[in-house]
Amino acid sequence: MSDSQAPLETLPRSLKILLGAGLLALAAFPFVGTDYYVQMVTRMMILAIFAMSLDLLQGVTGLVSLGHAAYFGVAGYVLAFLTPPGEPVSLWWTLPAAVGASALLALVIGFLVVRTHGIYFIMVTMAFAQMVFYVFFDNKALGGSDGIYINFKPEAILFDLENKKVFYFFTLALMVLVYGFLRRLLWSPFGRALAGIRVNEHRMRALGYGTFSHKLAAFSLAGALAGLAGFLWGAQSGYVNPELMGFHMSAHVIMMVILGGMGNFAGAIVGAFSFEYLLHVFKDLPAVGSFNLGKHWQLWMGLFIVALVILAPRGILGLFDSLLKGKAQHHD
Amino acid sequence: MDFVNFLIQLLNSVQYGLLLFMLAAGLTLIFGIMGVVNLAHGSFYMLGAYLAWSLAAMTQSFTLAIILGTLLSVLFGLLLEWLLFRHFYKRDHLDQVLLTFGLIYVFEETRSILWGDDVHGVNIPNVLSASIPLTETLSYPVYRLFMSGVCLLLALGLYLLISKTRLGMKIRAGAFNHEMTEALGVNIKLIHALVFAMGVGLATIAGMVAAPVSSVYPNMGSQVLIMCFVVVVIGGIGSVKGALIAALLVGLVDTFGKVLLPQVAGMLVYVLMAIVLLYKPEGLFKN
Repeated sequence: MSDSQAPLETLPRSLKILLGAGLLALAAFPFVGTDYYVQMVTRMMILAIFAMSLDLLQGVTGLVSLGHAAYFGVAGYVLAFLTPPGEPVSLWWTLPAAVGASALLALVIGFLVVRTHGIYFIMVTMAFAQMVFYVFFDNKALGGSDGIYINFKPEAILFDLENKKVFYFFTLALMVLVYGFLRRLLWSPFGRALAGIRVNEHRMRALGYGTFSHKLAAFSLAGALAGLAGFLWGAQSGYVNPELMGFHMSAHVIMMVILGGMGNFAGAIVGAFSFEYLLHVFKDLPAVGSFNLGKHWQLWMGLFIVALVILAPRGILGLFDSLLKGKAQHHD
Repeated sequence: MDFVNFLIQLLNSVQYGLLLFMLAAGLTLIFGIMGVVNLAHGSFYMLGAYLAWSLAAMTQSFTLAIILGTLLSVLFGLLLEWLLFRHFYKRDHLDQVLLTFGLIYVFEETRSILWGDDVHGVNIPNVLSASIPLTETLSYPVYRLFMSGVCLLLALGLYLLISKTRLGMKIRAGAFNHEMTEALGVNIKLIHALVFAMGVGLATIAGMVAAPVSSVYPNMGSQVLIMCFVVVVIGGIGSVKGALIAALLVGLVDTFGKVLLPQVAGMLVYVLMAIVLLYKPEGLFKN
């Protein structure tokens, strides 16, 4: 693996300062932003948790999962099933239940998929996620293609999640917690073993590591964290549908991780924010004459992705890093 | 299920399987030879259906539409390979996933701008619009037999091309060791371009032939793409023979699943894939 492809594991001090400033800005934002933007940033933070969970597989372990949305969506559905139509349900047992359901699903699917490699892994994760998608899409009892409404946000007793600002800070706290946890994990023996698997799985096996169990553990953990994000998504939007587990959602989260920069979790956060913001910008483009630019947002997004993969394969943080180091990035 | 019904379902499953094979063959060859994951392969199927619809309307002839459409799609494949794909053969799979996902959006949206978002029907040509009566109430449309026939012919052609011709020999050599093949004086870049264009062509023909039966609608490529992935995974990447057998298997399971176990029909194909993966993680016919 060439140097320019290696993920940016340690963040240079200047980037750390930037990220710290970003955190402060996030903490201050609800006091200045309108409700609309507070909700939008909440959504971005939820997606950031989702993207970090995928980064554990994609950036750290080198497993490209094209079906990560399945674990995200299932947790949202668990919340939807557990919330009665007329009253809220307690956060304190539904959150673990939803995360547990996602972890279990990831464990079962992971058991089948982590034995495959490369292209197979990509296709098989995608196919299984599609299977989960169709289970929900085809069954009226599970909401069918219309999905399910969640009429009440979970009840936390200690604080009121129906309040948009409280929900914002709850999500922010969870995002910071997940980030801290994953950073610790990255430098733990387990995290080092995962990084070793990315670089050379055969050598790790030769060194005596059970790569199958390591990969399965990473896959399940990533599924559980995706579930955390999915639970929050369901609670915030008050609505779940099969699209949450769809192919496009899975591809979008891959893009978020790439866009920010892989393998350090900070990039996943930056990527999730940037991607959501771009989507917002593209969808809001004005009409030029009779041609509505915003209606065709997929075209701009598609062209943007193609340009990104050609021009900046190391993402935004990678771009910053090379600018800061002041050296040319192109040395194949 | 009585015999006639069984026969009809069997014919349907074979026809669906052969159609899947047309798509999966290109996909598996492009994987096997160039090492590229192409998520946009389903878009070529959609493109084919839309080409059949618009060219048939323009020329008033389905046959002419198919011939023109095939030519256009092969040219399009060559252009795409030259502009984008050839620069991604050695890149990470992740980059290929991103590129081709971006292309799905570009193709879908270009289709929306050019042809709109409506559902269209394509007329079956008069010669093929008859049905063969099986009993007093049941009959089987000739056009579906024609579809299977076209697919079978192309499958046979593909087999002969790859295993019996000089070009096929070069393709196989390139898949086996492309540096060595190049060192022996074979223009491997040209071979890659041809294989890619052939894959695009096969997928487009599948879309054109399927258009009268399935009708023409937005996003018709996505679902068929995922089925093709399943076929390629079951058959083993790079194996055309594996793709054929897996496609027929998937066709059987899917068609009979819908008739016999409609509640879980959507899942059955994936269960089949899971079973194969459990025992043969690299597919039934690994090259």
